[in-house]
Amino acid sequence: VWCMMGYVCLCTDATLQVDISDALSERDKVKFTVHTKSTLPNFKQNEFSVVRQHEEFIWLHDSFVENEDYAGYIIPPAPPRPDFDASREKLQKLGEGEGSMTKEEFTKMKQELEAEYLAIFKKTVAMHEVFLCRVAAHPVLRKDLNFHVFLEYNQDLSVRGKNKKEKLEDFFKNVVKSADGVLVAGVKDVDDFFEHEKTFLLEYHNRVKDASAKSDRMIRSHKNAADDINRIASSLYSLGTQDSTDVCKYEHTHKIEARVAADEDLKLADLLKYYLRESQAAKDLLYRRSRSLVDYENANKALDKARAKNRDVLQAETSQQLCCHKFEKISESAKQELIDFKTRRVAAFRKNLVELAELELKHAKVKGLVTVRSR
Amino acid sequence: MNVISKFHGFVASSSGKSGPASLPAEDISTNSNGPKQDSLFDDDPEDLFAEATEEVSLDSPERDVLLSDGPSPAITPITPPTSVITPRIGLAHDDMFTHSSFDEIEEEEGGDSFDIHIAVSDPEKVGDGMNAYMAYKVTTKTSLSLFKTDEFSVKRRFSDFLGLHSKLASKYLHIGYIVPPAPEKSIVGMTKVKVGKEDQSSNEFVEKRRSALERYLMRTVKHPILLKDPDVLQFLESSELPRAVSTQALSSAGLLRMVNKAADAVNKMTIKMNESDAWFEEKQQHFENLDVQLRKLHASVESLVCHRKELSVNTAQFAKSAAMLGNSEDHTALSRALSQLAEVEEKIDQLHQDQANADFYLFSELLGDYVRLITAVKGVFDHRMKTWQKWQDSQLLLQKKREAEAKLQFTNKPDKLQQAKDEIKELEGKVQQGERDFEQISKTIRKEVSRFEKERVKDFKTIIIKYLESLVQTQQQLIKYWEAFLPEAKAIS
Repeated sequence: VWCMMGYVCLCTDATLQVDISDALSERDKVKFTVHTKSTLPNFKQNEFSVVRQHEEFIWLHDSFVENEDYAGYIIPPAPPRPDFDASREKLQKLGEGEGSMTKEEFTKMKQELEAEYLAIFKKTVAMHEVFLCRVAAHPVLRKDLNFHVFLEYNQDLSVRGKNKKEKLEDFFKNVVKSADGVLVAGVKDVDDFFEHEKTFLLEYHNRVKDASAKSDRMIRSHKNAADDINRIASSLYSLGTQDSTDVCKYEHTHKIEARVAADEDLKLADLLKYYLRESQAAKDLLYRRSRSLVDYENANKALDKARAKNRDVLQAETSQQLCCHKFEKISESAKQELIDFKTRRVAAFRKNLVELAELELKHAKVKGLVTVRSR
Repeated sequence: MNVISKFHGFVASSSGKSGPASLPAEDISTNSNGPKQDSLFDDDPEDLFAEATEEVSLDSPERDVLLSDGPSPAITPITPPTSVITPRIGLAHDDMFTHSSFDEIEEEEGGDSFDIHIAVSDPEKVGDGMNAYMAYKVTTKTSLSLFKTDEFSVKRRFSDFLGLHSKLASKYLHIGYIVPPAPEKSIVGMTKVKVGKEDQSSNEFVEKRRSALERYLMRTVKHPILLKDPDVLQFLESSELPRAVSTQALSSAGLLRMVNKAADAVNKMTIKMNESDAWFEEKQQHFENLDVQLRKLHASVESLVCHRKELSVNTAQFAKSAAMLGNSEDHTALSRALSQLAEVEEKIDQLHQDQANADFYLFSELLGDYVRLITAVKGVFDHRMKTWQKWQDSQLLLQKKREAEAKLQFTNKPDKLQQAKDEIKELEGKVQQGERDFEQISKTIRKEVSRFEKERVKDFKTIIIKYLESLVQTQQQLIKYWEAFLPEAKAIS
């Protein structure tokens, strides 16, 4: 399993193993085959598969977010929507321009675009799989009923995408949240741990966002340069000034540049993108905790008021106790979640940075070999 | 007013004006643009040139340039330097034009290695404001006996180079020699320099120009004929060079544009040249294809230079961003590793920049040179066509004159008859000369093309190898950087 988590994926835990065993790309949707192996008694069989689409993943994610019981956990970020538009557009343009290039050029470009399409496809599969793995690895979320339905129910879940009204509601919810977020960020937390985490996460999230955007730009330039080299190699070949061995070497350079760009994309850009989403999820957790703290403080105030007026005291007491309990529960699990988040983050960065360096070295060494031999 | 003359390229049409000291009697070209011919053709309803007339007035500024300002004769017509003449005029067989005759020339030079090296250096701004110009030092190192000393240098400015080119073009293009085009003028670039803007782009411009001037000179002296031209020698050796005044209006690009216009005019001619020589047809097609391919390649390389520069900028930005991320990371070892990553990326950005420069100077500029060179080659082929046309026209005219003379035989006009006979004699000479010219230019072109192709393959091979070497360098640096980073990444715990 291609894991962004860094540590050994708990997907290998025998009690519940989830993966995406197959995927089919149709014109405007992708169909994922979600494969489950489990010894848990909840399921009818030990091994089974269902077909799911992207919207159903989103439904599952949103159901976690909306569940009050999970307020104290970092909800694994939803996978991004499969986006083949750019790739499809390129393939279409290629088809239109077929007349203006030689057969070899066309075949080569087609192969490349198909490889690109395949890479995007693999990535989206991996993103959806990681989401499921994270859920399956979480001690509480893995027991969620919706999750089990998602895994087992072999009919279409009939979750339509949100309609306009619902999307608008979401929009306002987010606006309120960010306004609140500002409010909450301003209040200094009594607890040192959370105060530190808040400061840290706010800054970290912004910086990851920036680094993610910049790495995307860098990699895009790299791909552009690799494409140019490819075109140059074909032109050189047709010029015939060079004997074919030289040109092959030059072409090799292109293939390697392209691969470097692809690896950077995988190890660096995707890593940053993922932690952008994770850090947002962590921020959301802090927000929920702050909200519950506010609720708790409000409940305290209400209780004092009630006691002062000697009215509805019992009600206020119950309410206050509930809020207190909720707040403490969230704080406790949040603390653990944030510690785990750090562990995961450090491990993932380590793994990917090491692999990035090793891949860069591998490519640089091969390239060097290739060009030296040409002398 | 303007006298519209038939456009016969850079033939010594100026001879009428400047009246050079000596001209061999057989030089037909001096008469080619005289008014006499004009009137003859204008009357003729079947004027073959009717469509092909290129309207170049004798008074147009472009033509003034062709009048050499310097002491060298304005024209060196159809008598090229003796070492090139082989007595095998009139033989049109391919096999004759093997390398042997060319090798002969090279042997005569006594040079088994081409031993001259020219460097253009030390650009220096002279003067102020809009009258300022850049002076370049041109240093020649050589062991050829052609030159007075082994090593010498002179100061030259850009218009001097243009002047040299225009002189060479006027002398050699029309007889089939591929004269290397001079670098392009650039009003924007030069204005910045004149105005005194000392920024990176104007420095880049000066460097680009310096490099282009150097390549231009090297290419010119590599040509065994051009090397011996007195204008070239004077350019390289003489400390004072009379200003080429009329280059303001004309650059080599302008010159070549005129060639192309003429070429188009020739193409519009209804008579298609009866190409008895498949070699020429094949070569012309070859150069057409080469032109297209080189332009495409040039565009791709320019695109690469652009993207690499972009990559460099983006890498630098990412490096900064990664450093910031490292700062905010609260796990110490990871924080350090991220800072290291930022440093590596910064170094890589510099590498990308250097690579972009290599791409540009090695590759892109060479391609630009060759795109312009191909235009010169095509021009030379067109001159051959025109030479053929001239010959054909003379023949046709001769025929007409003969017919007219035959008619005159039956009239009682002895003076007219004599005149006709005289004209016929003259025309016969012309026809012979036309044929000789055509044979000569065909032969010259064959040699030139073979030389050109050899040079081209050599140039490209050299550049590719240099370029690949620069790639190797880059790779080795990359290896160093990533190898330094790897332990830092592994140290994250």
